[in-house]
Amino acid sequence: MSGVSVTKDVQDAAGAADDLVVLSNVNKHFGALHVLQDIDLSIARGEVVVVIGPSGSGKSTLCRTINRLETIDSGTITLDGKELPSEGKELARLRADVGMVFQSFNLFAHKTVLQNVMLGQLKVRKTDQAAAHAKALSLLERVGVASQADKYPAQLSGGQQQRVAIARALAMEPKVMLFDEPTSALDPEMINEVLEVMQQLASEGMTMVVVTHEMGFARSAANRVVFMADGKIVEEATPEQFFSNPRSDRAKDFLSKILHH
Amino acid sequence: MFDFLTSGQYDVLGAFWVTVQLTLYSAIGSLIWGILLAGMRVSPVPLMRAFGTAYVNTVRNTPLTLLILGCSLGLYQTLGINLGGDTSKEAGFRLAVLGLIAYTGTFVCEALRSGINTVPVGQAEAARALGLSFFQVLRLIVLPQAFRAVVGPLANVLIALTKNTTVAATIGVAEAALLMKEMLENEADALFAVFGVFALGFVLLTLPTGLLLGWVAKRVAVKR
Repeated sequence: MSGVSVTKDVQDAAGAADDLVVLSNVNKHFGALHVLQDIDLSIARGEVVVVIGPSGSGKSTLCRTINRLETIDSGTITLDGKELPSEGKELARLRADVGMVFQSFNLFAHKTVLQNVMLGQLKVRKTDQAAAHAKALSLLERVGVASQADKYPAQLSGGQQQRVAIARALAMEPKVMLFDEPTSALDPEMINEVLEVMQQLASEGMTMVVVTHEMGFARSAANRVVFMADGKIVEEATPEQFFSNPRSDRAKDFLSKILHH
Repeated sequence: MFDFLTSGQYDVLGAFWVTVQLTLYSAIGSLIWGILLAGMRVSPVPLMRAFGTAYVNTVRNTPLTLLILGCSLGLYQTLGINLGGDTSKEAGFRLAVLGLIAYTGTFVCEALRSGINTVPVGQAEAARALGLSFFQVLRLIVLPQAFRAVVGPLANVLIALTKNTTVAATIGVAEAALLMKEMLENEADALFAVFGVFALGFVLLTLPTGLLLGWVAKRVAVKR
């Protein structure tokens, strides 16, 4: 991971040799609002990219375009060298390779924790029952909620639900994991248990795109921080560089508001 | 006063058995047709959405009598479609079931659609993000939750259907209402007794339906 290039200029010049996700010249509008403006972003295999920025800056939308939960108006997004298909089976196949963790967990409310983690394996990967069961249990073990396997999501705390959601995504053996503000809906005391799981994933070499307000996580786990404002990527840097010496005024302003209390 | 019940002249139980059969076949048919219609109304294909909307709005707002008469006069007597029923009695029964399915399916569809609206968008998004197809998302995630939310409204539809089967009398299907009409003509002196017997019959059919499904609704409700 040491060879990962961290500045935008270097990244562009380096080309797509080991880039897993590449967004180029991506634009999107919500009505009159231009939420994504000429976004260029490459994410290398094994890299952890943290996207931060004020609300409404388009960072969640950016995250959701990568598995096409949001469509884009122009530009291209490629995953592992292949452009995102627009509809149908091809798109479903691509989504199976992209893990997604949502702000509101979105565990399937009518299924138990175990069934949540098994569903994708059984219905998409066509794994047999026994193997899916074993894998689900070991993943639940890994995120520390194996004892809750037979409960329904509503019976779990937010932190537990989010860890189950991570296990559900991991069960698909994704090439990249997207985290869309995974801790924003959690009580403060539950944030750490989720962040710890994410830290562990990052250290194991999982490629991750994390939209978050957790600056501590950005500092400790990110290879690169992407700062967005008003639909544009304003700054890209290593966490050390970004937090200690931001180049743009917009980033300085943002950091001064969040780091002083 | 209740001599007509013991005279052996009228087969009240037999007539109610036909009512039950009409209800059962129509209920199963309209459940399937209602699911298909609801699937069309939420599908990403504009043509299917348009068909679903047009069908529901037309058929739901047409009187049932007109639909069932249309099945009999239009399909059977004019076009000769008997749905495999060899005798005109059998054809009448099948056509009545067809009319009831066409009509009740729209109410099942609309109940289900309101159930689909109670399922948070995030549920479908999470399912899509796992790589499930549109039909898998609908079948495995959205519809099971939608059904649990609308067991109560569907019980209403079933009760209404049970009573709507009386419209089949207009095309001569020998169910409860047709027998009642005949008895009212012959037993005019026992008018209220005849009414009472048939009212009780329908209450006995529909009351347990409502109670049972009310209990089911509570049992299967999805906790969020």
